[in-house]
Amino acid sequence: MMWAAVLLGSAACYLLKALGFVVPERYLDKPVVAALVAMFPVALLSALLAVVTVGDGMSVVVDARLAAVAAAAVALTLRAPFLVVVVVGAATAALIRLL
Amino acid sequence: MQPTESSGQDRESPDDTARGVIVEALTIGLTTGAYGVSFGALSVTSGLDVWQTVALSALMFTGASQFALISVLAGGGSVAAAVASSALLGLRNLFYGLRMRQILQPSPITSVAAAQMTLDESTAMALAHYDRPVPRPALAFWSTGLSVFVLWNTGTILGALGASSIGDPTRWGLDAAVPAAFLALLWPQITGRRLLGVALVAAVLGIALTPVLSPGLPVLCAALVPFLFLKGAR
Repeated sequence: MMWAAVLLGSAACYLLKALGFVVPERYLDKPVVAALVAMFPVALLSALLAVVTVGDGMSVVVDARLAAVAAAAVALTLRAPFLVVVVVGAATAALIRLL
Repeated sequence: MQPTESSGQDRESPDDTARGVIVEALTIGLTTGAYGVSFGALSVTSGLDVWQTVALSALMFTGASQFALISVLAGGGSVAAAVASSALLGLRNLFYGLRMRQILQPSPITSVAAAQMTLDESTAMALAHYDRPVPRPALAFWSTGLSVFVLWNTGTILGALGASSIGDPTRWGLDAAVPAAFLALLWPQITGRRLLGVALVAAVLGIALTPVLSPGLPVLCAALVPFLFLKGAR
């Protein structure tokens, strides 16, 4: 199942990249399409963020992950690079679980 | 990007030389390499094995989509939900490809490789160097694409091997690093009120639907949120 997701997902993503090189421009050169494409990543990343922060299967649970996200937000306002943000998030959760 | 030291007199600023472009590309590659380490570690934490993780970075090779795939699977989502989430996040690459075709005008065979190298980083570099007094968009595109490819995959391998050797990942808080990674991906993209609105509605919808729909589907439903914000777009 994991392999199926890895291979199908990769094929889908490659296909999208390749389509840009072959699809006639006039199909894509529309303001509505451009506006949607700018918003899609924000909507999906935000929903993913919310679900992996408080989701646990089909229930909603508040735990150390929420504190990790808050700490990550602080790191981001201080302009920390990606890896530092991730480490800050992990360290915060690990610390809370130790206490 | 980088400030140039001398102004006016030089025909080529330091950044515009071929060497300058390659140094810039390597710098970007190193940054994404560090990001690749976290992807490798979190992918293994999410339940993929080292080989699946390595294959994903080499074949999918687009960061946000990879993070989406592993976290939908880790949350118990179906293959279809995981693939759909990563494809929706990869949709922007289609538009990057369109721009790159216009700028680079690659042959059909070159396009096969150029498509895989089409990413946020390589597109941004090609566009930046297209506008310079000495334009080198092709060098910028290929050097950035290759540098990111090599270092992203190297980082992934290191992160995956590292995470698989430390035992229980929750003890190290690695499960909580996944939301931190999504926040770091999302943060620079919220560049206005409308996008902030999209983000907030999508987050609320994702949480509200979690107890109702099977895992993976709440995130896909959030893909409908942008349609609500189309009015007054432009």
